Amino acid sequence: MVHWTAEEKQLITSLWGKVNVEECGGEALARLLIVYPWTQRFFSTFGNLSSPTAIMGNPKVRAHGKKVLTSFGDAVKNLDNIKATYAKLSELHCNKLHVDPENFRLLGDILLIVLATRFAKEFTPACQAAWQKLASVVAHALAHQYH
Amino acid sequence: MLTEDEKHLIEHVWEKVLEHQEDFGAEALERMFCVYPSTKTYFPHFDLHHDSEQIRHHGKKVVGALGDAVRHLDNLSATLSELSNLHAYNLRVDPVNFKLLSHCFQVVLGVHLGREYTPQVHVAYDKFLAAVSAVLAEKYR
Repeated sequence: MVHWTAEEKQLITSLWGKVNVEECGGEALARLLIVYPWTQRFFSTFGNLSSPTAIMGNPKVRAHGKKVLTSFGDAVKNLDNIKATYAKLSELHCNKLHVDPENFRLLGDILLIVLATRFAKEFTPACQAAWQKLASVVAHALAHQYH
Repeated sequence: MLTEDEKHLIEHVWEKVLEHQEDFGAEALERMFCVYPSTKTYFPHFDLHHDSEQIRHHGKKVVGALGDAVRHLDNLSATLSELSNLHAYNLRVDPVNFKLLSHCFQVVLGVHLGREYTPQVHVAYDKFLAAVSAVLAEKYR
């Protein structure tokens, strides 16, 4: 089980309260597909991903980004039980989706940068550290059931 | 490889960095030490408190070197040759740490540029910092 200090919990939950999940989620997924184009391999049914503009405007990307970040919220609500929270999703990503867990780490880093652009000074080094830890714990939990 | 558009974006955004060289450098290092404590092992001789003179000085050096790289995007290997030697033979920083500092530098750009740190700028800088990191490690073995 991961140990969170009271400060880390506070930094995570208070920032989460201000996150627009649809916008941030959509932007994070879009940036993943733009900055690391090979990640597009998982989204062949998403239609036009031919340019950054196409990706940013793609409704399927936005919808899926929202879904992914909403699920990230489950971690925020269950900080003391993240592994169990993601057990089923981990199996899904391994057995059905066949996603290399490295992609969870890439998306985590992208999410941190999106938060930085949106929260600016409020995204202090301590805040970044707490969120980096959360992203890393989520990525680890999603990879946990892989075999 | 950087496209012509990406090179222009990198140069254009760098104008903003020039106004805050010391601040951005110091902040990137501070974030790296805070978020990735293992990176502190390379600086046992430093005062790592917030806003220390050593961190500011070192941050300015790092950003200065990145600035050299920005001015010579077509010739990174030659431009960074001395630094590459330094990292290979003296400092011997494990290359995994270049990724960590690159990420923190991008967070700093995100914090200070906000909306202007568009996805297009983001990918250009991600590629640029990866290229610089590769040059710094190219003489390691």
